[in-house]
Amino acid sequence: MSVDQKVLLQVRDLKKHFPIYRGVFQRQVGAVRAVDGITFDVHQGETLGLVGESGCGKSTAGRTILQLYEPTAGSVVFDGVDLVHIKAEEMRQMRRKIQMIFQDPYASLNPRMTVGEIVGEPLMVHNMASGREIEERVKDLLDKVNLNPSFSSRYPHEFSGGQRQRIGIARALALQPSFIICDEPISALDVSIQAQVVNLLEELQQQFNLTYMFIAHDLSMVRHISDRIAVMYLGVLVELADRNTLYHEPLHPYSQALLSAVPIPDPILEEQRSRVILQGDVPSPANPPSGCRFRTRCPIAEIGLCDLTQPEFREVTPGHFVACHKVN
Amino acid sequence: MPDVLLDVQGLETQFRTPDGVVHAVNGVSFSVKEGETLGVVGESGCGKSVTMLSVLGLIPSPPGKVTAGKAFFNGHDLLQMPREELRHVRGAQISMIFQDPMTSLNPVLTIGRQLEEPLILHLGMNKKQASDRAAELLEMVGIPNAKDRLKDYPHQYSGGMRQRVMIAMALSCSPQILIADEPTTALDVTIQAQITDLVKRLRDEIGMTVIWITHDLGVVANLAKRVLVMYGGFIIEESPVKDLYANPSHPYTIGLLGSLPRIDEAERQRLYSIEGMPPVLYRKPEVCPFAPRCKWVMDRCWKENPMLTEVSPEHRVACWVDVKTGRAR
Repeated sequence: MSVDQKVLLQVRDLKKHFPIYRGVFQRQVGAVRAVDGITFDVHQGETLGLVGESGCGKSTAGRTILQLYEPTAGSVVFDGVDLVHIKAEEMRQMRRKIQMIFQDPYASLNPRMTVGEIVGEPLMVHNMASGREIEERVKDLLDKVNLNPSFSSRYPHEFSGGQRQRIGIARALALQPSFIICDEPISALDVSIQAQVVNLLEELQQQFNLTYMFIAHDLSMVRHISDRIAVMYLGVLVELADRNTLYHEPLHPYSQALLSAVPIPDPILEEQRSRVILQGDVPSPANPPSGCRFRTRCPIAEIGLCDLTQPEFREVTPGHFVACHKVN
Repeated sequence: MPDVLLDVQGLETQFRTPDGVVHAVNGVSFSVKEGETLGVVGESGCGKSVTMLSVLGLIPSPPGKVTAGKAFFNGHDLLQMPREELRHVRGAQISMIFQDPMTSLNPVLTIGRQLEEPLILHLGMNKKQASDRAAELLEMVGIPNAKDRLKDYPHQYSGGMRQRVMIAMALSCSPQILIADEPTTALDVTIQAQITDLVKRLRDEIGMTVIWITHDLGVVANLAKRVLVMYGGFIIEESPVKDLYANPSHPYTIGLLGSLPRIDEAERQRLYSIEGMPPVLYRKPEVCPFAPRCKWVMDRCWKENPMLTEVSPEHRVACWVDVKTGRAR
């Protein structure tokens, strides 16, 4: 990763809290701190992986960056434009450049629209094309994602999960975006189909010089597709590093545990590996632990230090960020 | 030589659907030895779960029907057994845990009540004994304050804890075989590691036989001693675990292993992908079910379905092609 690479997306101390209401008067009694202050950059042309377990806020982070949720605090600067403070119409224009691919290919396509309408809709909404031109563009897009262009008059239910995900990708590509947030795009698919979709995403990235943010819980897939990886736990980033650095020298105890929990498809290696098994479950983001959020499950937590202050997310070596009191 | 505990022969299961009869399992034979851990691997719709459900008589009928086969457990054919007798085998001698711990527990009964039920039903314990044993079981699967938590309802437990409860319940009558159907698929990796660790520990402590159904070749590498790979309702490869990963011999197994990114991969390589998608079996395949997606395909593959044949000791493959040479076997 060259240092002089252009920063495409700059996220600073981004927060998204969902209020909890209770009682007759629906007073706010608390908040689910789904995303609670995350800071990172995404460089032009790279893939940034965002991993974490369910409920850690990774999907909320993706949606908040896209302004699908209004951020509680913080800033999101894309290509020099502050997305949090621009007007709705300007944001609509920006959405051409930032697109999203969703997890569930069954729920994210309108069952009453044909594939042609689904893929062509963004072109129409943004007045990028009309009439015959849309048809031509749709055929072209379907071809790019390796679907037969003649499928454009069919409906989503006629397709398998992998094919539907390709339709979602074609739709995301329609406006020629420069940045795509992929929110668990393969976790609903079978293993052999996952590889097809990941290969397609990689081909498209090269062809169109796309920048990806790839959100997933599958660490081995994230390591495969990403240039840099950010690890999230309970609403905060705990570590961010280059893909190889994170794998070979994870510094945060959570990253270490997460890596060691991923099974390797090789029985001989598996026999030799020793696992860090974490105790307990992820605490509720409505009531996170004081100090470091990981301390309740951390094997090296120190009372009087980790339970008092939240560790700062700091750069320990160039490009390697970590939030842990115990890391020098 | 340990004894064969479960011996399944020529099992076939079909489902009647509005679109036609689906041939889910098409003549599956395998056996499980005492104390062994068998992994059953395949993608959705390959028949891995249906095979096990058929053996236990848990296929909803209609629309499902076991149309052929035998399944001997301790010398008795489970498929011919009267319902009542089978109900006692299930739970007491063979127990099963399922993928989704959210839907496998009754939300309106306490955890304690649900754990005590099989103890009272199968082992004839009284309420007090059952309650004590239930607390012991919860403790065994690593739930803190077990005694107090018996009074809780399922929604008060997290996903990983619910799966622990399912395991505790499955083990409550000390079964000879535990069948685990994708028990960790719905869980996060750190919780998955906790659960596989737990099953390994219990297996070694009480010498239980385990059949672990999954699509995750990583989990199988970690747990199983022997593996069955299924595709299109057939077993297409059967092998000791180390040999399977070192010398995968069926084109599908090779593709499946190649399409997995590895956490220890050094350089970014293009993933090997199997083109096309798994078949929906409206007819019983007369030819090799993998032929349409296979890159080694030959004329013979379109004419006859290969039988499982031994390629090395205990390693059997159903394929006409020797993938090492690319020629016919």
